[in-house]
Amino acid sequence: MRHIISLLLENEPGALSRVAGLFSARAYNIESLSVAPTEDETASRMTLVTSGSDEIIEQITKQLNKLIDVVKLLDITGDAHVEREIMLVKVRVAGSAREEVKRIADIFRGRILDVTQSTYIIEVTGDGTKLDAFINSLDRSAIMEVVRSGLLAIGRGEKGLRL
Amino acid sequence: MELSGSQILMQFLKDEGVEYLFGYPGGAVLHIYDEIYAQDDVKHILVRHEQGATHMADGYARATGKPGVVLVTSGPGATNAVTGIATAHMDSVPLVVITGQVPTHAIGSDAFQEVDCVGITRPCVKHNFLVKDVRELADTLKKAFYVATTGRPGPVVVDIPKDVTRPDLKIPYEYPGTVAMRSYNPVMRGHPGQIRKALDLILSAKRPMIYTGGGVVLDDAADALVKFTRILGYPITNTLMGLGAYPGTDPQFIGMLGMHGTYEANMAMHHCDVLIGIGARFDDRVVGDVNKFCPEARIVHIDVDPASISKTVKVHVPIVGSVGKVLGEINGMLEGSNRRPDGQALAEWWERIHRWKSIDCLAYTPSDTLIKPQSVVEKLYEATGGDAYVTSDVGQHQMWAAQFYPFDKPRRWINSGGLGTMGFGMPAALGVQLAWPDAQVACITGEGSIIMCIQELSTAKQYDLPIKIVNLNNRYLGMVRQWQEFMYENRESHSYLDSLPDFAALAESFGHVGMTIDKPADVEGALREAFAMKDRLVFMDFITDPAENVYPMMMAGKGHNEMVLSEQTRQRELA
Ligand SMILES: Cc1cc2nc3c(=O)[nH]c(=O)nc-3n(C[C@H](O)[C@H](O)[C@H](O)COP(=O)(O)OP(=O)(O)OC[C@H]3O[C@@H](n4cnc5c(N)ncnc54)[C@H](O)[C@@H]3O)c2cc1C
Ligand SMILES: Cc1ncc(C[n+]2csc(CCOP(=O)(O)OP(=O)(O)O)c2C)c(N)n1
Ligand SMILES: [Mg+2]
Repeated sequence: MRHIISLLLENEPGALSRVAGLFSARAYNIESLSVAPTEDETASRMTLVTSGSDEIIEQITKQLNKLIDVVKLLDITGDAHVEREIMLVKVRVAGSAREEVKRIADIFRGRILDVTQSTYIIEVTGDGTKLDAFINSLDRSAIMEVVRSGLLAIGRGEKGLRL
Repeated sequence: MELSGSQILMQFLKDEGVEYLFGYPGGAVLHIYDEIYAQDDVKHILVRHEQGATHMADGYARATGKPGVVLVTSGPGATNAVTGIATAHMDSVPLVVITGQVPTHAIGSDAFQEVDCVGITRPCVKHNFLVKDVRELADTLKKAFYVATTGRPGPVVVDIPKDVTRPDLKIPYEYPGTVAMRSYNPVMRGHPGQIRKALDLILSAKRPMIYTGGGVVLDDAADALVKFTRILGYPITNTLMGLGAYPGTDPQFIGMLGMHGTYEANMAMHHCDVLIGIGARFDDRVVGDVNKFCPEARIVHIDVDPASISKTVKVHVPIVGSVGKVLGEINGMLEGSNRRPDGQALAEWWERIHRWKSIDCLAYTPSDTLIKPQSVVEKLYEATGGDAYVTSDVGQHQMWAAQFYPFDKPRRWINSGGLGTMGFGMPAALGVQLAWPDAQVACITGEGSIIMCIQELSTAKQYDLPIKIVNLNNRYLGMVRQWQEFMYENRESHSYLDSLPDFAALAESFGHVGMTIDKPADVEGALREAFAMKDRLVFMDFITDPAENVYPMMMAGKGHNEMVLSEQTRQRELA
């Protein structure tokens, strides 16, 4: 099953490679990983999406917790939470495609960030399935570049992951 | 006090109570070596290869419980140390390894003798640090010692660029007595609810089995284990790493378990209804086929590392905590009440175990002409009164050492179990002898393994370390040959060691005493003669039966009740 694990790490140079190294050394899946400093610059917040049997997920959380740079960890999959991912797509738009692409972007509440004679850059935000749906609704051959942030997630309400 | 980085390092090691520094110099650590020269509080042991330094520090740590400390230069110094670091990591041994690094401004430029030491060692350390500023040095060193020695111990690397140790930059120094790390707080006390649940299960057993490992030794919790086991009267087995934590000559001890464990220990594992795992990590050499493991048992597991619990085998009552603290609580509860196990069921269980034991699974066929390796270990036991520190290398000789030298005390048996590092035994023995100068220290080795760190005979000479080397010379990579016999129809692909040296002469060329023993009748005399030479290293080269195998053997994919037994034992099992 797919799991979303939120981590607070020491904002140390090696911390990210320790997490990434753990996943490759133990052959765990990693679907996406995003990391940046928090309001307290001594800590980074990481959102990690992985998948595996219950036993494997249990080992993943234990092994992550064991890393000295990991301050706190929470598997938020089972709790009420908000998921967001941001995607930037560059598409080739010529002639009548300009209107069509704009219309699709509107449906997905996308924003056009950059326009040239032959290209658009569109920003779309949402959960992973929405972003996939947007990609699928475009003409594949027109897609020039896709950049995705990886999933960000946060628990709803009072419960949370704080220092 | 205003000190340079090098002075801070040496002053810190003194303040931390470090006795020995096992090291080898080079460009990136020369500022430090200049300070070593200027002091004599911390004794530096000059090794002959950095792998030797890590194994010596490791042997010292295992024999004392104190962290072993290593100093090596950047680049090849650091990479040579990696095998020893990984060896300590797999067996949870506390080491602090200080590696020199190129100056901070040169990092990343492919400078002379630069390697990414933090990157290379990351997967085989408990933690590592790169110190980029001399003002962080003392605190980082304190953290390194703290992390290495607490919770589940392990090696910690501190990589120090050369400019951080430069003599002309001095800053105030004060020994950081304490350390606080928000991200590292090992849990030592077990959860009271889990402990009560465990006790209920333990007392409900009809066919109990206590299975303990290296965690008991690492936690210095042998006394608590002995008390626990005696109150209950249950049978106990130890892993290879746990030997000595429970007295090997005690009647409740039924031998090691696992791949080369005793018939009775493995059969009792297979048939038990409650398994009490203590400071052991359900390693694959112990478990065999997971699906055939203890099919009837409910399992309690006490371990300080949550990641060791339910890693390979699902357990029913997990307790995260140190062995000493948790067993202390359980013993208190047992002593404070009259709840005791079912005596009738226990007596029947012991009867079955004694029947298994009666097949005498370790028996071997004696010989008048060929020296049997097992008999050398037995005679070593006699010659040392069963009270030596014994290190070993890796192979058949390691298993015979574990099977035929019963250890009554913890920290007496020192070997590389998790990584299985050939070359470990002799340098580790030197570390043990430094720690306990008056003790008898023996290294049981094979002609394949001893060659891997043979250069440390020179270190032994320099520091007059009178260890006794027992080389079980079968002219084979015996353990490999045994697998080839059992699994590859005897095709001896590259397992015969041709062109071996004359080991006695080799030892003498290093300034030691060498003996070659090739007759069974001479074994005992040679051992007595060697141990009588209290101030000399003696290398005993025993020319042994090359065809001997280690029995019993639980092959890959098999259960504990499916051991391969020696021919004569098989007959007794059938009878
Ligand atoms: C040739 C060869 C053959 C081998 N054959 C066998 C065999 O037949 N049988 C066998 O048993 N092994 C055998 N081994 C060794 C095997 O590979 C493992 O190293 C060994 O079984 C692991 O022992 P352990 O479970 O005691 O764990 P260790 O590696 O000693 O781990 C210790 C455990 O205790 C925990 N711990 C540490 N400190 C504490 C504390 N303070 N409180 C609580 N818990 C703590 C740790 O978290 C860990 O889980 C063999 C090795 C070789 C090289
Ligand atoms: C560094 C290293 N390389 C290879 C091995 C694989 N290996 C395990 S046992 C063994 C044979 C050891 O031979 P020897 O030291 O003569 O011991 P014996 O089995 O003959 O008693 C080998 C090659 C290992 N454990 N370590
Ligand atoms: Mg051999």
